[in-house]
Amino acid sequence: MRYLPKSPAEREQMLKAIGAQAIDDLFAIIPAEYRLTRDLDVPRQQGESEIVSYFKAAGQKNATDYASFLGAGCYRHYRPVVIDSLVQRGEFLTSYTPYQAEITQGTLQAIFEFQTMIAELTGMDVANASMYDGSTGAAEAMLMAMRVTGRQKAVVASTVHPEYREVLATYLRYRDLPTAEIGYVADTGRVDLEALAAAVTEETAAVLVQSPNFFGVIEDIPAIAEIAHKKGALLIVSIAEAISLGIVRPPVEADIVSMEAQSFGVALSYGGPFCGVIAAKEQYLRQMPGRLAGQTVDGDGNRGFVLTLSTREQHIRREKATSNICTNQALVALMATIFLTVYGKEGVRELAEHNLAKAAYTAKALSAQPGAKLLFKDSPRFHEFVLQTQEPAEQWTQRLLDEKIVGGLGLGRWYPELKNATLWCATEVIARETIDHAAKVLAAAPVEA
Amino acid sequence: MAATVEQIERKTLGKVRPHQTQNEGLVFEKSAAGKRGYKLPPLDVPEVDAKAALGPAYRVEKAGLPELSEIEIIRHFTRLSTWNYAIDLGMYPLGSCTMKYNPRVNEYVARIEGLADAHPYRPESLAQGVLEVIDLLQRCLIEITGMDTITLQPAAGAHGEFTGILLVRAWHESRGNARRKIIIPDSAHGTNPATAAICGYQVENLKSNAQGGIDLEALERQVDEDTAALMLTNPSTLGVFENEIHKIADILHAKGALLYMDGANMNALVGKVRPGDFGVDVMHLNLHKTFSTPHGGGGPGSGPVACKKFLEPFLPTPVLVKKDGELHWEYNRPQTVGRVRAFYGNTGMFIRALAYILANGPDGLRQTTEDAVLNANYIRKNLEDLYELPYKTPSMHEVVFSDKRQAAKGVKTGDIAKRLIDYGFHPYTVSFPLIVHGALMIEPTESESLEELDLFIEAMRSIAKEVEESPDLVKSAPHSTRVSRLDEVQAARKPVLRWRHENK
Repeated sequence: MRYLPKSPAEREQMLKAIGAQAIDDLFAIIPAEYRLTRDLDVPRQQGESEIVSYFKAAGQKNATDYASFLGAGCYRHYRPVVIDSLVQRGEFLTSYTPYQAEITQGTLQAIFEFQTMIAELTGMDVANASMYDGSTGAAEAMLMAMRVTGRQKAVVASTVHPEYREVLATYLRYRDLPTAEIGYVADTGRVDLEALAAAVTEETAAVLVQSPNFFGVIEDIPAIAEIAHKKGALLIVSIAEAISLGIVRPPVEADIVSMEAQSFGVALSYGGPFCGVIAAKEQYLRQMPGRLAGQTVDGDGNRGFVLTLSTREQHIRREKATSNICTNQALVALMATIFLTVYGKEGVRELAEHNLAKAAYTAKALSAQPGAKLLFKDSPRFHEFVLQTQEPAEQWTQRLLDEKIVGGLGLGRWYPELKNATLWCATEVIARETIDHAAKVLAAAPVEA
Repeated sequence: MAATVEQIERKTLGKVRPHQTQNEGLVFEKSAAGKRGYKLPPLDVPEVDAKAALGPAYRVEKAGLPELSEIEIIRHFTRLSTWNYAIDLGMYPLGSCTMKYNPRVNEYVARIEGLADAHPYRPESLAQGVLEVIDLLQRCLIEITGMDTITLQPAAGAHGEFTGILLVRAWHESRGNARRKIIIPDSAHGTNPATAAICGYQVENLKSNAQGGIDLEALERQVDEDTAALMLTNPSTLGVFENEIHKIADILHAKGALLYMDGANMNALVGKVRPGDFGVDVMHLNLHKTFSTPHGGGGPGSGPVACKKFLEPFLPTPVLVKKDGELHWEYNRPQTVGRVRAFYGNTGMFIRALAYILANGPDGLRQTTEDAVLNANYIRKNLEDLYELPYKTPSMHEVVFSDKRQAAKGVKTGDIAKRLIDYGFHPYTVSFPLIVHGALMIEPTESESLEELDLFIEAMRSIAKEVEESPDLVKSAPHSTRVSRLDEVQAARKPVLRWRHENK
C-alpha cells in the first residue's frame, strides 16, 4: 500500500521487538466473536490514475458546461489562483489546531488577520476563528444571545434562508425554546416591522434577520434594531452573501453578526465545506462560541499569537461550555483571508459594484419579457432578485436547461404564496451574452391570458 | 550563558537542525494605499449608481482591508506557513487526533471540474456524478462500521455527536419518554458532555475502573429508566479496547438505553472489527482523522453519523435515495430530527475520504489499522522503561504515559512536550485524558516509518535523560522556535483579538 512506509521485514522486526509472534497478537484483546475474518466489502485497491479517472468521470456526469443563475446561500465568484497555491502548502494543509503556539504561529497569525478582516467588514468589535457554516453560525448566535440575555424566546424573520431556519429549529427543538416567525411585507420583501414590534417582548432573547435576505432584499437594519433593543432583546444579523459588504452598509446596530464567508474564495463544492463566522460587540465576547486567536508576547517580548479565552470551550468547561464546537473551518477561513488580501479595500468594493451591475442588468432583461414581473421592485437589492412569471416555472426552466442554462431557483417549496416565483443571482462571472440568451429563452414563452 | 544557548541552537538535535525563518508583520502593516493584487475584467453591462440604488443601505466608508500586490501576498502567507509544523515535515503524534498522511491525490480530485463547482441547488439530473460519489462513500462507511444507515451532513466530530444524540432523543421521544440523562465516562473527550448538554440532557459521570475501562458494576448501578444513552469512546482515550463491550451494550439495552460510540479512535478498528457487530446503536466518524482528510490548522472536518435501522426514520433531512436508477434527495420524512446544517454536508471532504478508501481497498485499510497499532506498541515497548505507564492494559493505536517520574524532578508533561519541539517533532497530546495525571498521549498513526519512530523514541529517551541531568533545559523549552513560550495569561486577561488601524 503506497501510503504505508514499512517493508515486510521491518514489520517483522518491530513485532519481534515488541515480543509478539504475529500482528493479530496485538488485537487479542478484541473478543474473537467480533473480529472481522473477511475482507471489507469495499472497492479493491486502486492506482492513482484509476482514482483520478473515477472522479473525472463523476465530474463529467455532473454536466460541466452549464451557465448558472443559482445563488440562495451559495455563490459563484471567481477564485484567484493564489488561494489554492497557498492553502495547499503542507504547512497549512497538514497542520493541526494551533494548540502548540510556538510551532503554529503561521496559522495563529492568519486567524488573527481573519478575525480583524471580518470585524472590519461587519462593523463589529470582534470575530471568532470560524464556525461550520452560515446556518450553524446563526443557530449558535441565537444560543449565544440566550446566554447573554438569560431569555429563552427567539424571533426569526421568514426571509432568513429557509435552510438556516430549519437548522435553528433543530438546535432549539430539544431545549424547549419557542420561536416566533415574522413574515414579510408583500410589496417590499422586507421584514414586516409592525408584526415584528408586536412579537418582540421582554422574554425575547434575540431577533434574527438576514440581510441581504433570502430574496436578495436589503433589510432596514436600523429600524429592526430599534424594535429589538426597545425590549432589551439582541439583534442578530445573518449575512449569507459576504461580498455584499463591499457596498452594503454593515449592520453596525446589530449585537451579533453571523456570516457565511463562502463567497470569499471558497468553491461551491456542492454545498461545503464553507466558512461560517460569528462577530459581535466586545461586551458579549465571553459568551462567544468557538476558537479565538489573541495577541500576546513571548518570554523575550516578541509579538506572538495564541488561542485564548479557552475557558469558554468544551475541552476545559465540558458540559458548561458555550458550545460543543471543536474542529471548525480553519483552512477555509484561510482561503477567505487570502481572498480578502487579494481584493483588498478597493477590490472588494469594485467586485461588489460589478455584482450589483450584473444583477441589475439581469433583473431588467428578464422582467422585460412578456408575462414576467420583478417582485419587491422598489426595495434595495444586491445581486439577487425574485422573478414571477405567468408561465409555470418548471416549463421555462426546462427550456433554459435545454439551452444549457440553469435558471433561478423555484421558491414555491418554501414560500407557497410565491407561485411561479424564482430566485435569481447574477455575480461578476455571468457574461452579458448569457443574460441576453436567458432573456430570449424566457421571451419564447407561449403567452397566456 | 549566551554561549550555551548558542551551542544549543546550533547543535543537531534529533532529526533537526535549526533553520532560519523570516520575520513577517501583519498583513495590515504591509498595506499601502494604491497597491493592487487583483484586476477585474471590464464591466460588460451598464454601471449602476450604487448610492442611488441602495439609498441609506449604501456603504459610505470602505472596509479597512489591506492593499498589497500579488508577490507580497505570496510571500506573506508563505512566510507564515514556514512558522507551522506539519505532517508533511514529520511525525505529529497528537493522541486522539490521528494526524496521518493527507494524500495529495485527494486534494487533486476534490478540485476536479464538475465536482468543485457544483451548486447544491442544481437540478438532481445534473448532479448524478456527485450524488454517486456520496452514495458510494455512504456504502463504504456503512460497511466499515457494520451499521445499517448513515448521514454525511454533520460538519465535524462534535457536530456528529450532536446529530447522534438528537437521533437518540428522537427515538426515545417516539416511545413516549425522552429520558433525562446521558452517562459519560470520565475519560471522554470534552465534546461529549458539551454535546449532551446542548441536546438538553443531564450529564452523569462514570468513573473508570482500575484498568481505565468501563466499570461494569458501576455502570449497572447507574443505568436506569432515565438513562438515554452511554457515550463511549472505543478504543478509549487510553487507547484501550473495551473488551467487555457487548456486556456494556447488554446492560444499556436491558434498561432501554442506547450505546453511542465516539468514533474518534476508529483508526484502531477499520478492517479488523466493526462497531455495528459489537452492539453500538449509533456512532460518528471523523473523516479528518480516520479517513485522511486534512486538518488544515483546525478544519474543515466532517462527522458522518452511522446508526442501526431503528434510528433511520429520525435521520436529518434530506436523505439520499435511489429511485428508477437515479439518485435523489428525499425531504419528506415526518420523524426527522431536522437539518443540522444547510445543504448536504462538507462534500469536498467526502470526495477526499472516498479517494482514500479507493487508494487503500480492503487490504490497504486493514494493513493501515495494523500498522497504526504496531507503531503505537513499538513506541510503548521502547519507552516504558523510562516513562510511567499508568495502565498496563494492551494498547491499540495510541499509548498513554504519565509524567510521574519526571514530575519528581519538577518537569511536567507540558515541559517534555515543548522540549520535543526542539528535537523536530510536534508534541503528543498533553494532559489528556483527565483520568491520567500528567498524561502524555501518543498516537503515531500508520504513517510513520521505522526510521521516524526510532528518531522519536531516541528524542523521548534523550529528554528523559535531560530531565535527570538538566531539568531546567527541559522546563524552559522550546529553545529553537521563532518565539519562546508565549504569555497566555496576558492574552486572556487583556484580550487583543484584532489589529486596529490606529495602531499603525
